[in-house]
Amino acid sequence: MGNALEVEHLSVAFSATAVIHDLSFRVPSGSALAVIGPNGSGKTVLFRALVGAIPHQGQIRWAPATRIGYVPQKLDIQRDLPVSGNDLLAAKAAVVRAGGLEIARALEHVSLAPSQASRRIGTLSGGQFQRLLLAIALIGRPTVLLFDEPTAGVDEPGQEQLYIMIHRLQQAEGLTLLLISHELSVVYRHATNVLCLSRERPCFGPPTEVLTPASIEQLYGAPLRYHQHE
Amino acid sequence: MSEGISGIALSVGMAVAAGLVGCFAVMRRMSLASDALSHVALPGIGIALAFHVHPALGAVAALGLGTLLVWGLEQRTAISTETIVGVVFSLALAIGSLLATGEELVDALLGSPGALGVWEVCLGLVGAAAIVVFVLAARHRLVISLVSADLARTAGVRVTRVELLYLLAFAMTVALGLRYLGVLLMGSLVIIPAATAKHLARSLSEMLAISVGVAVFSTLVGEAVAARLGRPPGPVIITVAATLFLATLPLRRNR
Repeated sequence: MGNALEVEHLSVAFSATAVIHDLSFRVPSGSALAVIGPNGSGKTVLFRALVGAIPHQGQIRWAPATRIGYVPQKLDIQRDLPVSGNDLLAAKAAVVRAGGLEIARALEHVSLAPSQASRRIGTLSGGQFQRLLLAIALIGRPTVLLFDEPTAGVDEPGQEQLYIMIHRLQQAEGLTLLLISHELSVVYRHATNVLCLSRERPCFGPPTEVLTPASIEQLYGAPLRYHQHE
Repeated sequence: MSEGISGIALSVGMAVAAGLVGCFAVMRRMSLASDALSHVALPGIGIALAFHVHPALGAVAALGLGTLLVWGLEQRTAISTETIVGVVFSLALAIGSLLATGEELVDALLGSPGALGVWEVCLGLVGAAAIVVFVLAARHRLVISLVSADLARTAGVRVTRVELLYLLAFAMTVALGLRYLGVLLMGSLVIIPAATAKHLARSLSEMLAISVGVAVFSTLVGEAVAARLGRPPGPVIITVAATLFLATLPLRRNR
């Protein structure tokens, strides 16, 4: 199995301040990469560079015929607009030329009822809204899913449910997954590899090697607790 | 009689375009910015009058240039649209008031409907149709770019291009309404119906429909009332639209 993504010597700078410096890593097809790091370490910047939204130096190579489903951390608009879930699903379907069946299938995948999808996005709970964003990402049959903190604004049972859903989807559809997360126990359980972003010492490898108490303390500057599941 | 019909057709076309374009302006949270953007037409009108050219041509040229300037600055700097439009607008108003004087200036600011030439009607109708077709055809791309530019990019939308086309459609809508409403009031016909629709609608298509309805109703009622009172239509149209906005506030859907 080849790589879904190869990144070599990636650097991103904003007005002479380097946010990402000389970063290299590979993501095998069908694997799950978790990107971790403290606030301001450039996690979202990395994602935005990967989708070509910001200028960068170095190489970013996606496998041929890659289709990306992107789940942003937050929307660019206020959620109090008269825009329903169906409006967004229909917009994505029209843009990627997918049919109505694909919308139904995406909603089914994320266990969102059509009646919930027809409501204004501002009336959805944090968990329902994240599931809607996931459904939008799934339209167009992506080969890669990019998640920017999928559980921001979601309560704890909802978070667990969402991660299980993402994991199940990844297995069922053979998707490659890239996700930014603060949930180290989840990362430990579901990620194939972990990329930790930090100015001093970025690291990359399987969670059992990378997520040691010492490395986490160095990354976040404080000991964090997480549960290892065998 | 036929002149009356073509005049009505033109103002309905202008109102439909304004209602559609306004929805996306309100969603972009550029209500004030878009109001100000319409003022960019002023120096164009001033130059056109000085060179004895039809003022609408000057207005279209100035709006087109102003739009490109705003878009270019938006792409190249991280300054917000509001700030950029604020600066460009002030400059435009300053240059415009230097170039146009007295009555001309009042006409340009508040509109002065006179007899319509055949080519003015035709051009206006073609312009309105082009805007309506663009907004309806591009609405999915517009929505997805608005909601999340990064999401749109990964779905294959050329976001900066869509944004430029939208701003140009906006500028063209303003140009269409200058004759009736003038530089000061046309921005309001774009924003007020859409703002009214924002608090009444449950979905995007409802918002577009309500916004168009409010814009057309305000224009037709405003024109009729203005004719009866023997006043210029612009201020009456905007008064009707603003009254509808205020009257429907209690019906607001909070959630």
